[in-house]
Amino acid sequence: MTVDRSRLPELGRVAPFAFPAIEKSVLPGGLAVWTVRHAVVPVVTFALLVRRGAADDPPGQEGLAALTADMLDEGSGDLTAIEMHEALARIGAQFDTDIGSDGLALTLTSLARFADRGVTLLADMAARPRLAEDDFSRVRQLRLHRLSQLRDLPGAVAERVFVRLLYGDQPYGHTPIGNEPALSALTVDDVRAFHARAIVPARATLVAVGDCDHASVERMAGAAFAGWRGEAGGGEAPDAPLPRPARLNVVARAGAPQSELRIGHVAAERDTPDYHALVAANMVLGGQFVSRINLNLRQAKGYTYGARTGFDFRRRPGPFALQASVHTAATASAIEESLAEIAAIRGPRPITAEELATGVATLTRGYARNFETAEQIARAALQIALYDLPDDYFAEFVPRVERITPADAMAAAARHLDPDRLVTLVVGDLDAIAPDLGRLGLGDPVLIPSEGF
Amino acid sequence: MTITFEKHTLANGLDVLLHVDPSCPIVAVNLWYHVGSKNERPGHTGFAHLFEHLMFEGSEHYDRGYFQPLQNAGASLNGSTNADRTNYWEVVPDGALDLALWMESDRMGYLLPALTEAKFSNQRDVVLNERRQNYENRPYGLAPMAMLAALFPPDHPYHWTTIGETADLHAVRLDEVQAFFRRYYHPANASIALAGDIDPDRALALVRDYFEPIPAGPRVDPVRVAASLDGETRLLLEDRVELPRLYVAWLTPAMFAEGDADLDLAADVLANGRASRLYKRLVFDERVATDVSATQNSREIGGFMQIAATAAPGHTLAEIDAAIGDEVARLADRGPSPDEIDRGRVQAESQFMFRLQTVGGFGGKSDQLNAYNVFLDDPAYFDRDLERYHRVTAASLAAAVRTHLPPSRRVVLSIVPRGRAELAVPHSTTADVS
Repeated sequence: MTVDRSRLPELGRVAPFAFPAIEKSVLPGGLAVWTVRHAVVPVVTFALLVRRGAADDPPGQEGLAALTADMLDEGSGDLTAIEMHEALARIGAQFDTDIGSDGLALTLTSLARFADRGVTLLADMAARPRLAEDDFSRVRQLRLHRLSQLRDLPGAVAERVFVRLLYGDQPYGHTPIGNEPALSALTVDDVRAFHARAIVPARATLVAVGDCDHASVERMAGAAFAGWRGEAGGGEAPDAPLPRPARLNVVARAGAPQSELRIGHVAAERDTPDYHALVAANMVLGGQFVSRINLNLRQAKGYTYGARTGFDFRRRPGPFALQASVHTAATASAIEESLAEIAAIRGPRPITAEELATGVATLTRGYARNFETAEQIARAALQIALYDLPDDYFAEFVPRVERITPADAMAAAARHLDPDRLVTLVVGDLDAIAPDLGRLGLGDPVLIPSEGF
Repeated sequence: MTITFEKHTLANGLDVLLHVDPSCPIVAVNLWYHVGSKNERPGHTGFAHLFEHLMFEGSEHYDRGYFQPLQNAGASLNGSTNADRTNYWEVVPDGALDLALWMESDRMGYLLPALTEAKFSNQRDVVLNERRQNYENRPYGLAPMAMLAALFPPDHPYHWTTIGETADLHAVRLDEVQAFFRRYYHPANASIALAGDIDPDRALALVRDYFEPIPAGPRVDPVRVAASLDGETRLLLEDRVELPRLYVAWLTPAMFAEGDADLDLAADVLANGRASRLYKRLVFDERVATDVSATQNSREIGGFMQIAATAAPGHTLAEIDAAIGDEVARLADRGPSPDEIDRGRVQAESQFMFRLQTVGGFGGKSDQLNAYNVFLDDPAYFDRDLERYHRVTAASLAAAVRTHLPPSRRVVLSIVPRGRAELAVPHSTTADVS
């Protein structure tokens, strides 16, 4: 065959994607156990989700959920913290703790022959952690050090200040690590109490993915988690009102070669009916390399190494945010362009069929590659558990996104993006950028101290 | 478990590796060019990486950017440059393999007619921003520049980082970039791996159709420069950081060379994970550090082992340096425990198995086949690579530590908060980096 370089080759059809079946049962203590069969490599992933996260930190105790999660692998029963990690290393396990606003997850991946030992260690950590005083003081101190180091990271400063601007005293108004006064005041008893009331089987789901049948997973999990009890009690306290932040906010960072930008506002929750339309609209706006924002700020202007936008869908309305790190001299121009792009996607510059097709294709045609490894499948199943999604959620994703029209995407953008409410935060060299900020028409910048967050 | 494959070499020198894995309806395309910052010269650094950017800006027959048609097809794609190689990959759904090969071959065979001054200067700005974001505006971000410059002499190509020197990036001209392409970006200096849901005969026929018409370029001679340290160098850098951090490094064997696997496991025993010796001592028991890590950075023509630790408030880098010295000496004298050796082996086996779970992307099976093929001319090396770790004994590990991590020949770099030079390890001189 001679290659025809006058046009691109035709695309073949894409096989429909089928998410593997999830087998489910509930252990006597209330723990949901889900198994997904995935037999490609002799590897197994166990992922334990607890539907409690940083949003459950009591006021004044910001950082408690994350600190508690961090304490889970600090020993259990006869095992000290070090011995616990030696035990994990002895089975070659890859172990991670993740904490978000709405949930925390422990994930353990190992060779299949260590499955039983792996799930036992996972249960030891979640259900029977030591939560010893001495370990607590070390772990809390490390988190305090981490907080002080985060002050050097422009992206981390921006993240922490931005959610505070958007949510104030609401549960999403702090990042999981919390703040220095709250962390300093926490005690090991606070951690023990949080563990007892939040990390309970009634709020937890264990997902196993590998070459294993549900009955054997159930048997292993039943033995490992035997005796884990606890009720999901307590209603949610009413939220404080959302703050009304200034349009333009600056955290000064003298001499910074780049400005770290966040532009956004509180937007949509995970179960919004507009979910798929917003995901598609965001692909056009800033959700991929060829999005409007990145093509403009990076490829056309050279202001940045990359710019992107995203809706952070959570149980309650999460933030929409643009993020970019831009050359200091280009700060005001980058903000101007970003605000204009966000406003334009709502209709003034209509989403074309071609733009939407690119975004949808990226989401749908390559969808299968998101479910290649045991851990990817386990984390996908955790999404179902965390947000109460239907079991056919992943199977339905592709057809649902493919049904979105440009009009749907723009209408969803118009409903959930409000240019007048956009809050801009710059972490950068104030002296260098201040003269240009005036032309943005966003009012005088409000200076925010980086301390105290 | 292993990675089964077929290897073919086309008439123009392009190596083709094919691996069938039908478990997911996707195909990974992974293309390595055997060129990295190691092929650059002093005063002309950052070329290989800048070039990687230009490869995404369009080629003669499709000059509207590289991403658009592939993303339309549902591909995920990226590229990366390090000291030794540049790789490009796409993971595409079944049915888009033709497109990925069309695009990759067009930029291999027909890039220069589409490479304009405007694209070049735009991507130079993007790279300068990448440098600001990942090095200049990041705490401890200039440590790699200072460390590599101290470990390797100025005429050694590991003396500089892949991102390059700012002055060099400003000075580079379009004609130099064009010459760079002609010299390194051609079939005889490349290896392509396809992994996933493929029919190998059809896949090979496609690769032939798309790539065989592209002529081989000039032979690329291997870079051979040796490095050695003949003493201890103590350096300091003041940076926008809250806590001082210490980096200690030694020159070590190259990738796959004798001692490389031993030092990989020695890094784990010393400082990786909470079961490691330095973590237990510095972070857990004495609480003088907030974190510690170690890496055997093995590269094609040499390596370096680096241990890094951040001091807890109120503690000095000198304390940490002394503890690192103690633990390295103890490992050299007495070797690892049987339990540490067992853990190292099972962790190596596990990591190898985990890597078999993906066909594409960085570190997936297609990337591994190319690594073994480009560096060793032996894509079947997976099993023997794992065997290297199984062969490590307490005695061989201790011997590698004794030979390669001597206290007398190393670089000690202190990164301290601005204006706090006294927090550095004593007798340090200021490193010259920008």
